[in-house]
Amino acid sequence: MAATDAGQGTDADFRTRLQNWLPKLVLSPSLAVMLIFVYGFIAFTIYLSFTDSRMLPSYGWVGWQNYERLFRVREWDIALTNLAIFASLYIVICTIIGLMLAIFLDQKIRGEGILRPIFLYPMALSFIVTGTAWKWFLDPAIGIENTMHLWGWTSFQFDWIKDRDMAIYTIVIAAVWQSSGFVMAMFLAGLRGIDNEILKAAQMDGASNWNLYRRIILPQLRPAFLSAFVILSHLAIKSYDLVIALTGGGPGNATALPATFMYSYTFTRNQMGIGASSAVIMLMTIAAIMVPYLYAELRERK
Amino acid sequence: MAVASTENAIRSSNFTRVLVYLTLLLFALFYLLPFGIMLVNSLKPLDEITGGNMVALPQTWTIEPWLSAWSTAQIGVEPTGLRPYFMNSIMMAVPAVILSTVVGALNGYVLTKWHFRGATIIFGLLLFSCFIPFQIVLIPMARILGILEIAGTTVGLILVHFVYGIGFTTLYFRNYYAAFPTELVRAAQIDGAGFFQIFWRIMLPSSGPIIAVSCIWQFTNIWNDFLFGASFASGDAAPMTVALNNLVNSSTGVREYNVHFAGAIMAAGPTLLVYILAGRYFVRGLMAGSVKG
Amino acid sequence: MTMMKKLQASAAAIALSTTAVAAQEVEVLHWWTSGGEAAAVGTLRDALAGGGVGWVDMPVAGGGGSDAMTVLRARVTAGDPPTAVQMLGFSIQDWAAEGSLANLNDLAAEQGWADVVPDALQRFSTYDGNWVAAPVNVHSTNWVWANTALMAELGIDQPTDWDGFVAALQAAQDAGYTALAHGGQAWQDATIFDSMVMGVGGPEFYQASMVDLDPEALGSDMMVEAFNRMETLRGFVDDNFSGRDWNLASAMVINGEALFQIMGDWAKGEFVNAGQTAGDEFTCFRVPGTEGTVTFNSDQFAMFNVTDASAQAAQTEMASAVMSPEFQITFNLVKGSVPARTDIPSDQFDMCGQMGMAQLAEAAAGGTLFGSMAHGHANNPSVQNAMYDVITAHFNGEYDAETAAAELVTAVELAM
Repeated sequence: MAATDAGQGTDADFRTRLQNWLPKLVLSPSLAVMLIFVYGFIAFTIYLSFTDSRMLPSYGWVGWQNYERLFRVREWDIALTNLAIFASLYIVICTIIGLMLAIFLDQKIRGEGILRPIFLYPMALSFIVTGTAWKWFLDPAIGIENTMHLWGWTSFQFDWIKDRDMAIYTIVIAAVWQSSGFVMAMFLAGLRGIDNEILKAAQMDGASNWNLYRRIILPQLRPAFLSAFVILSHLAIKSYDLVIALTGGGPGNATALPATFMYSYTFTRNQMGIGASSAVIMLMTIAAIMVPYLYAELRERK
Repeated sequence: MAVASTENAIRSSNFTRVLVYLTLLLFALFYLLPFGIMLVNSLKPLDEITGGNMVALPQTWTIEPWLSAWSTAQIGVEPTGLRPYFMNSIMMAVPAVILSTVVGALNGYVLTKWHFRGATIIFGLLLFSCFIPFQIVLIPMARILGILEIAGTTVGLILVHFVYGIGFTTLYFRNYYAAFPTELVRAAQIDGAGFFQIFWRIMLPSSGPIIAVSCIWQFTNIWNDFLFGASFASGDAAPMTVALNNLVNSSTGVREYNVHFAGAIMAAGPTLLVYILAGRYFVRGLMAGSVKG
Repeated sequence: MTMMKKLQASAAAIALSTTAVAAQEVEVLHWWTSGGEAAAVGTLRDALAGGGVGWVDMPVAGGGGSDAMTVLRARVTAGDPPTAVQMLGFSIQDWAAEGSLANLNDLAAEQGWADVVPDALQRFSTYDGNWVAAPVNVHSTNWVWANTALMAELGIDQPTDWDGFVAALQAAQDAGYTALAHGGQAWQDATIFDSMVMGVGGPEFYQASMVDLDPEALGSDMMVEAFNRMETLRGFVDDNFSGRDWNLASAMVINGEALFQIMGDWAKGEFVNAGQTAGDEFTCFRVPGTEGTVTFNSDQFAMFNVTDASAQAAQTEMASAVMSPEFQITFNLVKGSVPARTDIPSDQFDMCGQMGMAQLAEAAAGGTLFGSMAHGHANNPSVQNAMYDVITAHFNGEYDAETAAAELVTAVELAM
């Protein structure tokens, strides 16, 4: 798809050439910035992961030693296991709730204009802002458990945040609270984009509501599912504030995630080499999820 | 209501409708709860908080915590409240949002309407940048800001947020413009309109919803950022989140929870406002934008 | 005289004692952001202002200073270090090893710092024989804070050995109180652990395991015993301890919900803020088994290399003000710690402060003053955090004592 192919005379020739170059010219600063600030930095991190860097970058080559150590550290195992639990629950629950709310909101609901921002607003707040409130809410001594007791439901128990086997699930609850509304918006947009004529036609043919959703609507939402999956998985892998605000990684190390692990090793423990190697593993995980998606997405366009 | 309401083909019984309303209200309650706790407790005197019920309404209403958080609470050595840092955040967020949105719009325009060899790969490269964990860029970024002599300034912070925002804004605009009829662009070209003329006259006027999405997304991310703000602009240039953290996270002494909550709501104010005011465009923008595969 | 008035008066006193002119500035990175601490640092700012030195405040709270250290790395990498940075223990040594710190030898020689600062502290304030930091205070970490009313009610005398301590805790628990107020955060677990190691094995064992990191000591039966004692203490902590901030644990002792808290002397500030007096409503004693020894941590202002001459003058001015007896008294009265100088009269301090100062001087003279592992003064941050991992995992029931000791050996080896 060339920009133009008409050219009459030298003046027009020059203009055509300029017009041909302009798009690339406009794009090139972004590309340059990306190459330095993203890919250059990634290369730097990969390099660091093979060095003896501790407090600040240093350039003594140590081969695979950081990776060997990384996989001998027990906390890394915990962090990876937690990520698997957290990411799968978070993505599945957000998708289910988001889809459900979107379908419900799409039923010509009175007050949609009020409900929608209520569902959406948690995405606007960082956990630095809501962290204390969440901690209170989940703390059995002052939070929901205590409130239920005060209201007379004395057998009510909710002390997950203090329990090292259950604490990771409280992180899931808070994370779902934050992003499920956003997922709802994506699905709602998808639903509103579906051609009503098709639905009407199917209904004429006697399809039930259930079948309508299963056979026609959900398949059409495929792009929304895919976008939601990508956005949610990148949020899950990057999750950091959330853990720090809610549990600080505790009880013990029970709620450590790769992002908190990486920060702690790079900046708190002065083991930048190991921190960098964990970052490289994280990046590879992201790439493993993203590259197939990008490939599918971009090939479709051609 | 945001979206043009075409007639919905799906009919449902009264019973289901009641159930639907009930579920929606229940979830609304769940979403509102943390914010409600913050709001209620920011209006109580401190002794009511330490002694009482988290969700109980204040017995004595007071706006004292709000005044304190805004103008007299101790942020470090100075009892300035959050007020001076509010402006810092505005000075940082507004230019960064505008810059990254403009560049994202131009990129999206080029990638969809001026397709050339290699454009797809470039887009792939831009998109993958959305997923870089920010912790790894801290040290090399500091070095580069130092070389450019803009370390510790708002300008440096704007650059950082701009750089890491391009990926997202390009994604949004590219997907939005992909659905825009290319024939219109070709027609304008034949009429002799240039690259920027077409962008200005034809693309921009119909970009309202996606500009809203881009701005909302960028503003929220930039306003809420703590890591970059603390690392590249602390001290006098510190943004709101860093000041809030200093207010809330102080390790010793009496914790004035009511002041903390008031400060937190203040810090969240602008992003909340943006979501409420521009939120109606959000679904519309997403509809034409990022959701299209 | 209230605390604030005292502060103001002393600020004026320090201001008189400094004598610089010229428009200069110091930029100070610290994490003293809470009311009392910030006010204490404020006296330093006022003092410098009196000498014509401006103060650019750069507070970064959170994570016990770890966020501030991240920011510092960004600043140094950018080639724009702050003038002075609040810092703990081994971090000072690490930065000095990078060649980032200034040389304060001239000022130190002129004011005779070497004579008044204990050797155990100089170990951190100097690098390669050069002064690189000005110590502000000494916190000792092996204290028990006790509610006296509760002790009287339960008929408990101040315990003098481990068994007595356990008996006292048991008595409180039997009477329906929380015996030990504790917050389940890694550093708090480690603070207790320091005292257990010292109590079980004494100074030599502490030196061998926590400082020299001898694998044999780390995996020894004595270490197992130290972990056993941690388990015993775990039995006296309430169910809701996980993640609790230390000051909330102090509040439990203040309110009479709990009998004891094992915590550094910054806890005293909480008691004083609540209107209590040392020796009256609350009392303090060394963790039984650690009497005669002191584990400490020390806040210091590490001075960074600044190139510009006026900035250097300001930096010297600040170091001088930090080391002035007036500031050392003012600051430490507020902070609950004791001065880093041993030549300061103790009459303005309360019972616990006076006891702390006397015991610090004794321990310094007798060679039983040790850096606290929990607070980064026994080994470097990577080892310290590796120990945290094991201690806190054990305290939360993931390991038994034998496994914990074995894990400690592995963790330390991996972190070195």
